[in-house]
Amino acid sequence: MEENVAENISMSPGQVVRIGVYVCHCGLNISRTINCEYVAETASALDGVVVSKDIAYACSEPGQQEIKEDILEHGLDRIVVASCSPRLHEPTFRQMIQSVGLNPFLLEMANLREQCSWVHMNEPDAATQKAVTQVKMAVSRARMLWSLAGERVPLTKRTLVIGGGIAGIQASLDLADNGYEVILVEKKPSIGGTMAQLDKTFPTMDCSI
Amino acid sequence: MTDVGRHPKIKLHTMSEVIAVEGYVGNFNVSILKRARYVDEKDCTACGDCAKACPVVRPDEFNVGLSTRKAIFTPFPQSVPSAYVVNINECLGHNPSVCAKCMDACEKGCINFHMSDEEIKERVGSIVVATGLEPYDPTELDEYGYTRFENVLTSLEFERLINAGGPTKGELIRSTDRRRPKSIGFIQCVGSRSVRKGGNYCSNVCCMNTIKSTLVLKEHYPDVNIKVFYIDIRAFGKGFEDLYMRSRRSGVNYLRGLPGTVEELPDRSLRVAVENTASGVLEFHDLDMLVLAIGIKPAKSAQKIREMLGLQLTPDGFFLEAHPKLQPVDAATRGVFYAGCAEGPKDIKESVTQASAAAARSIRLMHKGEIITEPITSVVIPGQCKSCGICAEVCPYNAITVDVKKKMPALINSAACAGCGTCAAECTFDAIIMNHFTDDQIICQIDTLLEDKAQEKVLVFACNWCSYAGADYAGVSRLQYPASVNIIRTMCSGRVDKKFIWHAFLKGAPVVLVSGCHIGDCHYIDANHWTQKRVQKLQKRMEKLGIKPDRLQLEWISAAEGVRFAGVMNKMEKIRQEVSSQEIADTIKLLNRRKKQALSSD
Repeated sequence: MEENVAENISMSPGQVVRIGVYVCHCGLNISRTINCEYVAETASALDGVVVSKDIAYACSEPGQQEIKEDILEHGLDRIVVASCSPRLHEPTFRQMIQSVGLNPFLLEMANLREQCSWVHMNEPDAATQKAVTQVKMAVSRARMLWSLAGERVPLTKRTLVIGGGIAGIQASLDLADNGYEVILVEKKPSIGGTMAQLDKTFPTMDCSI
Repeated sequence: MTDVGRHPKIKLHTMSEVIAVEGYVGNFNVSILKRARYVDEKDCTACGDCAKACPVVRPDEFNVGLSTRKAIFTPFPQSVPSAYVVNINECLGHNPSVCAKCMDACEKGCINFHMSDEEIKERVGSIVVATGLEPYDPTELDEYGYTRFENVLTSLEFERLINAGGPTKGELIRSTDRRRPKSIGFIQCVGSRSVRKGGNYCSNVCCMNTIKSTLVLKEHYPDVNIKVFYIDIRAFGKGFEDLYMRSRRSGVNYLRGLPGTVEELPDRSLRVAVENTASGVLEFHDLDMLVLAIGIKPAKSAQKIREMLGLQLTPDGFFLEAHPKLQPVDAATRGVFYAGCAEGPKDIKESVTQASAAAARSIRLMHKGEIITEPITSVVIPGQCKSCGICAEVCPYNAITVDVKKKMPALINSAACAGCGTCAAECTFDAIIMNHFTDDQIICQIDTLLEDKAQEKVLVFACNWCSYAGADYAGVSRLQYPASVNIIRTMCSGRVDKKFIWHAFLKGAPVVLVSGCHIGDCHYIDANHWTQKRVQKLQKRMEKLGIKPDRLQLEWISAAEGVRFAGVMNKMEKIRQEVSSQEIADTIKLLNRRKKQALSSD
């Protein structure tokens, strides 16, 4: 994501798409409740889906390698990963597709773990049906995705540290010793915080200041 | 500490508070209020002549009131900066004719009553939040008699009492008779691990703090009798168990059970009644002094910082990290990092470790000297824009300018746009595209969801920062809720266009929930105010049209409220079950009939 540059393959809406769908087992986290093979099979029949498979761990090195090879081999231009929350692995998979030339915003995730298998543990059939719907929704959204690129803007190499206790002091010193300017703000007349009030501290049993 | 004062790269502002933060990752504009010290920081040598001359005597906060200081003082001998400070509220008056004895005493002429508070502006690329802690105030735990009996101390007061730099120069005495106590009791978990009072969490440091204190006591006064009342001792860190064993070997008596009452005896000693849960016997212990091992509470300033930076708090009041395992020092707001007790109770070593991590994360962000902006921003289609100005009005970042008089189309400053999508939702002419969350992208998700067995589905719009994260948290906590729930993620609840909701009802949705951050917690300043207005307006409109307004729900669910998320989902399922097929069919018919008017005029 940090390296999002515009020269990646650009996609415009309405274009014929070639989607790859990957339904992750996440060990047993997903597959204990959801029938991942069935979900992948159902997805293979959807419009625009060229490849659809279940995969043991999508985020693992072999998992990512498999997806990347598919992208190159089948000329995939949109990827749906049905696995954990995008709040966890969206950056991982964006980087993955970017490394083989796809724009990172051509990725869509279906949250089968946090928002399906883990919350419907006692209803495997209902969970599998919901997973199918989730993947269908992700595929339909993937069809509509297009490339996006951020702008490079200059950044201020300076850090504000709020609070001059032991944590603020340490963070300030580490930053400053690395050559970064620090603005340290402390509301009391002296830095030191609660730590300064303590007598000898474990394990060195010396003074805290 | 002195390294901070000396470091050429560190600009230290004491007596200062951050009052406003604007901008975004890479370039934050910060306003700092620096209160007047009335003593020149650079010239003051901390000789102390001024304090000798000052006639005002006040309790010393650093020694938690166990000693006194003057109105002009240094907080403690090793203070950084090493300069005195005037508490202007205590000072007899800065008009020289009133007092000004300190000014006469200061040979270097460092004292200046003309100093005033100043507002400082700084520009920074990243922010480390290290706002620390508030020690628990045991006043509410009256059974321990902290406010009634002078020989009941908090652990922080005790620290000052045995500190060589403290009020008694490290000599342990009781303040009531200035005698050395022969027996001391420690009560653990004061303000911690209680659902009734204080926090329900473990404060992490109190066990080891007590163990350390017992060893220091035994070293100084081998004959002192020490009893520790505890629930269980949490000596989980490196070397901790060893220290605990040393304490036990040195003769400290560890008793499992927290006292029920404390009474004062005529000689001001304390009688503690406790059920020893190891033996099951009710015991009474007479002790000369009692120390309450107080827990850690979040700093009060956390609330203000949270509002300024759009951060989230856990129910305990500590800052919520972006991910508990993989991003433990990152805030969900890009460019903001946590260090120390601001994020949760921790000891010195852990605070230092986390601070170094926060510094490293901060450097990782800044080292390239440039940043790539998030492309999830809104874009205007100039041909469709009617220059009505509503987008500029709703934008929380003032990122949109519209010349309403000259009828110039809206202009979006993409660097200032944070991507909430409220403008796109409010635009009546579909002239704004919200990148990555376009109308088409969201409508097709709704269509797909409702194409089959629409009546069995609950459609939930969840904002990325709070409600979607709350749903994730429900998952992590394995909280079960009905499988009818289907979530569509938007960055902000402000993105949820009324068109999406009408469309969902048109496609047969029995119930639609819009969920977002609590009012005041919105990741996009106050975009969720517009969500609220919009949903309320829609509910009224539904009522007029004869559609049960209950079928559209609005709930605020934070990232930490997994339990609440699951609860709300159960409620949604109940509402869904109450919507009949006839009602749904009627709504579809009605909306189809009114489609054009409804979509264009509502």
